Amino acid sequence: MRREFAMPDVGEGLTEAEVVTWHVAPGDTVTVNQVIVEIETAKAAVELPCPYAGTVGELLVEPGRTVPVGAPIIAIETAEAAPAQAAPADEAGAKIGEAGKDGRIATLVGYGPRPGSVQRRARRSPSAPPAAPPPAVPNGRHVRPDLPDRGSPVAAESPAAGPVPLAKPPVRKLAKDLGIDLRSLTGSGAGGVITREDVEAAAATSAVEPAPPASPAAPTVGGVRREPIRGVRRATAAAMVSSAFTAPHVTEFLAVDVTETMALRDRLRGTREYAEVKLTPLAFVAKAVCLAARRTPEVNASWDEAAGEIVYYDRVQLGIAAATPRGLIVPKVRDADTLTLRELAAALGELTATARSGRTPPADLVGGTFTITNVGVFGVDTGTPILNPGEAAILAVGAIKPSPWVVDGELAVRTVCQLALSFDHRLVDGEQGSRFLADIGALLTDPGLALTW
Amino acid sequence: MSDPHDWAPSVPAVPDKRPSREHVLAALKATDEGDPNLVQLLTPEGERVSDPRFDHFAGDVDSAALQELYRDMVLVRRFDREANALQRQGQLGIWVPLLGQEAAQIGAGRAMQPQDMVFPSYREHGVAWTRGIDPTELLGIFRGTDHGGWDPLATRFHLYTIVIGNQCLNATGYAMGQRFEGRVGNAVGAGDDGSMNEATVCFFGDGATSQGDVHEGFVWAAVYDAPVVFYCQNNQWAISEPTERQSRVPLYKRAAGYGFPGVRVDGNDVLACLAVTRWALEECRTGNGPVLVEAFTYRMDAHTTSDDPSRYRLADELELWKLKDPIERVRVNLVREHAVGQEFFADVQAESDALAARFREHCLQMPPPAPDRMFANVYAEGSPTIDAQRAEYLAYLESFEPEGSLAGAGGEGV
Repeated sequence: MRREFAMPDVGEGLTEAEVVTWHVAPGDTVTVNQVIVEIETAKAAVELPCPYAGTVGELLVEPGRTVPVGAPIIAIETAEAAPAQAAPADEAGAKIGEAGKDGRIATLVGYGPRPGSVQRRARRSPSAPPAAPPPAVPNGRHVRPDLPDRGSPVAAESPAAGPVPLAKPPVRKLAKDLGIDLRSLTGSGAGGVITREDVEAAAATSAVEPAPPASPAAPTVGGVRREPIRGVRRATAAAMVSSAFTAPHVTEFLAVDVTETMALRDRLRGTREYAEVKLTPLAFVAKAVCLAARRTPEVNASWDEAAGEIVYYDRVQLGIAAATPRGLIVPKVRDADTLTLRELAAALGELTATARSGRTPPADLVGGTFTITNVGVFGVDTGTPILNPGEAAILAVGAIKPSPWVVDGELAVRTVCQLALSFDHRLVDGEQGSRFLADIGALLTDPGLALTW
Repeated sequence: MSDPHDWAPSVPAVPDKRPSREHVLAALKATDEGDPNLVQLLTPEGERVSDPRFDHFAGDVDSAALQELYRDMVLVRRFDREANALQRQGQLGIWVPLLGQEAAQIGAGRAMQPQDMVFPSYREHGVAWTRGIDPTELLGIFRGTDHGGWDPLATRFHLYTIVIGNQCLNATGYAMGQRFEGRVGNAVGAGDDGSMNEATVCFFGDGATSQGDVHEGFVWAAVYDAPVVFYCQNNQWAISEPTERQSRVPLYKRAAGYGFPGVRVDGNDVLACLAVTRWALEECRTGNGPVLVEAFTYRMDAHTTSDDPSRYRLADELELWKLKDPIERVRVNLVREHAVGQEFFADVQAESDALAARFREHCLQMPPPAPDRMFANVYAEGSPTIDAQRAEYLAYLESFEPEGSLAGAGGEGV
């Protein structure tokens, strides 16, 4: 029997949630309380346990989509037989059937119980005799017959007639301030509720062209999409602004011929030792950074304004900026300078996989001493990275690609990569920053050099 | 300042002698690790250790009794986890997890006598269990169908109080009543079972200690010698606020300022919680109340299902406390010192799964309460106003077509 699991309200009064990651796929066997999906709400990232045992029939929401509370997100085929008289479930069944014909995601998203489905039981018709005259109460008093009928069906049937349609108090205030009559609007929210966007759209329309009143919802005026600033985005913004305005940044650039390094990588990949790990150019850069930092300890340090001290770190806690579905986060490779190339490659692989799946523990995000940002994966040549707050330097690694290069006075095609190093000029001088960057470049140009350090 | 706990705030003769801020903050947690001020009978490694003051109060706990305590904690944790899952599946509006506080609650709960009265906050699912309240009875509150369905007088367990610290006033008042009615300090004769002497236990958290109600409760209880055990489960976090935002002295030391004794017990040690609460109750029943017990424990899950603790505390703190798990240490002790076999643990596990299944089934089958239910217990003997409201409301509901003629999809609450 097909059972659907509706997006629950996991936090007292939430209206929607985003599906972040599915942990199951159609065909998987699931048990009760098995974690099947991670969702993110305005309050928290939460793992949802499965309410049914059976086989996953269908995932009804793609990762990254936000759906209202109450919308079905997964269908599970359970072992139990469908009830013989499917009377109450009929309504829901029909909807699901339609959805199946129309295409899976498109129709089901935004499909919660609220849009237009808040339906009340019919009132007994006024002509019918009142079902029960106001019953006598024990003390002999009667319910006053003149009490207003608060749930008058008239209001429910023709919302445009008299009363102002539903809108939340701040939206009412906004409409009042903008001089918009709520009666002239059609609500686009759940159950016909007028939203802030409706009012703003109406205000924009009336400002531009005052003539046409109440055009059916025009949410795409100017093609603007507004998203609340929250979570990782807010943290990123705060960190970047604080860094940019506290640490005087200097950025230096260096183009490097990495042909030798790439050749070394190809050789190593063929060896048994590297069979299990994904050896990326980033691992070589990380190794070069650790080696070079040993010669220029100033880059592995931080400025402690409060204590009036510069803190030099013995070990390199290497942050790797990772783009995740939730935004930019920088998990750390602990004591990176003590790791071999193979260990670095393995650590990087694990780190990025964990970050992408959104499971990086908070402890892994703090306590970095140096950061590498791999902008090359986006096909970009270089950039001017902004320091992670509290760190002295950050290295951006550009795209690695064949380029014209002068070798022994002749033009040749070599594999080239651009490096950009930003450093905090309060504690790193141009000399040290340049030496550090040149060292990294030298190591990547001629990896054999590492033997001599 | 060799021992931060000896620090009594006073005007220092030499300014340098004042402890530093760090020193004071450390004192809030220092007794967590082998400090003599922390009462502990079972170490996190499951080793039974001796405490000359409280050994006597756990002297009767043999292997069978310890197995019962273990069973209590496993069952309570199991249905707590099930409730958490049910909330995540949309079956409960909210759940307040007790994960990590099983020992603090079972130890205190099992120390009570049937005649003792309990005033819980809203996390005391384990204490409710020890008062014979079936876990399914807790569900209505969290599913939004009920304000609490058990009889507080029959179970001697008051309804959950959501307002933080508010129950300290009720508990103190109740305990004062116990004293006024002469149910404290009676001589126990040879044939008596001691049930003529009573006490009250009031449960609250570290955050509640900052509330005015708790202060008032302490003051009144102290000056009226009320037989109340103030049982503070210090789980280190008041939602997102750490203990250092509640106090500059360890919480149990506050009792001294009110003029009654305060004891800090390892809240993850069920044996110590049992012994200390038994002592505290005896003090109260014999007329030496009130007493403050600070059960030093840790909230291992979120404050409620609406909360995300990863936003304000680091994961390594939780990892540290996992090593002090209240259930694991009893398990180790049972195996090592009482030679309890695997069969027992498997049985308890099976029993807990069955309880969870019954709990889930009950939750899914819960009928909404009858519409007149909310009028039922407003007054003990009814009231014309409430009666009229009930009649009006039922007439209003009667004005609808019957259920069969539903105009739209069912299940949507209005």
